[in-house]
Amino acid sequence: MTLCLAMERDKPEPGIRLTERQLRARRARSIAIAVSLGVLVILFYIVTLVKGPGVLVRPL
Amino acid sequence: MSLSVTRAEPSIAEVGDYIELMKPRVMSLVVFTALVGLLIAPGHLHPVIALTALVCIAVGAGAAGSLNMWYDADIDGRMSRTAARPIPAGRIAPGEALAFGLTLAGFSVVVLGLLVNLVAAALLAATIAFYVVIYTMWLKRSTPQNIVIGGAAGALPPMIGWAAATGGIAIEPFLLFLIIFFWTPPHFWALSLYRSADYERAGVPMLPVVAGLAETRKRILLYTLVLAPLGAAPWFLGYAGMLYGVVAVAAGAGMIILALRVRAEEDGHAASKRLFGLSILYLFVLFATLLVDRAAPVLFGHFAA
Repeated sequence: MTLCLAMERDKPEPGIRLTERQLRARRARSIAIAVSLGVLVILFYIVTLVKGPGVLVRPL
Repeated sequence: MSLSVTRAEPSIAEVGDYIELMKPRVMSLVVFTALVGLLIAPGHLHPVIALTALVCIAVGAGAAGSLNMWYDADIDGRMSRTAARPIPAGRIAPGEALAFGLTLAGFSVVVLGLLVNLVAAALLAATIAFYVVIYTMWLKRSTPQNIVIGGAAGALPPMIGWAAATGGIAIEPFLLFLIIFFWTPPHFWALSLYRSADYERAGVPMLPVVAGLAETRKRILLYTLVLAPLGAAPWFLGYAGMLYGVVAVAAGAGMIILALRVRAEEDGHAASKRLFGLSILYLFVLFATLLVDRAAPVLFGHFAA
């Protein structure tokens, strides 16, 4: 019984196992996406302050 | 019955690969010409809105570059100049580049429309669509006039910059459009003269491949003869001062001399390499001088007041 449980625990998890390089690249990409979204949020915030109440007035 | 599912290999793409996908060198020229269009436009634009417009134009250019690399991955892989690009080198999957390009295109156009104005956004969308669909997907593989007509996409940024500042378009940014439009063929044909074997291997009908080196050299000269007076047009039409006029005439004369040397060249490609490099400098000097010419009176007026 104990042996069965130990074997179950040592079995590799199903699915793709990322290599160290893939993990590192994914982490860098995730940070870049987070920074880009952060910049976008800050940009919208600042433009809202700059334009004030007229933020939705978009002249053609 | 058994179903086999093939999984894509997890990505190894680094952030730098995505930046490379955006063609940063092309992007810098696009941003610079858009900046000139924006700064010479009449009226006042808040610096934050101006910066937003430039970022959107830069991202839009990056989107167009990414979509171009996605579509052209097959021919890029056959050319020594482009074989190390992220997709043919296997660092980015084509689908990733497509998704990246479409996301950037969508965001850049929508943000420009929301935060700046709709005319600039529509022009940016048209530029991206023209570069990707008309140039990359259609003209590039089908006609030696590919870069002549396709050059319109690269010529539009000053008009986008102007539209961002004014909400419309006018003759003055259209002149800048024409300058870049007529600058593009001599610039790219000079490159294709010494890369013609590459283009031939990739099956791209660039002018030297289809019409030969002599014909290409002749057309480089013809387009340069149109470009030089066009470059000086903002001066003699009264849109720019004497400083710009002197620089544009001198730089135009320099371009014509180089084009004549290319025309006379029979062995080697020293003159065409020089023309390719100096044509970039020509455009930069022309636009930078226009900026100085227009900004100087404003600055001096400001300090004098």
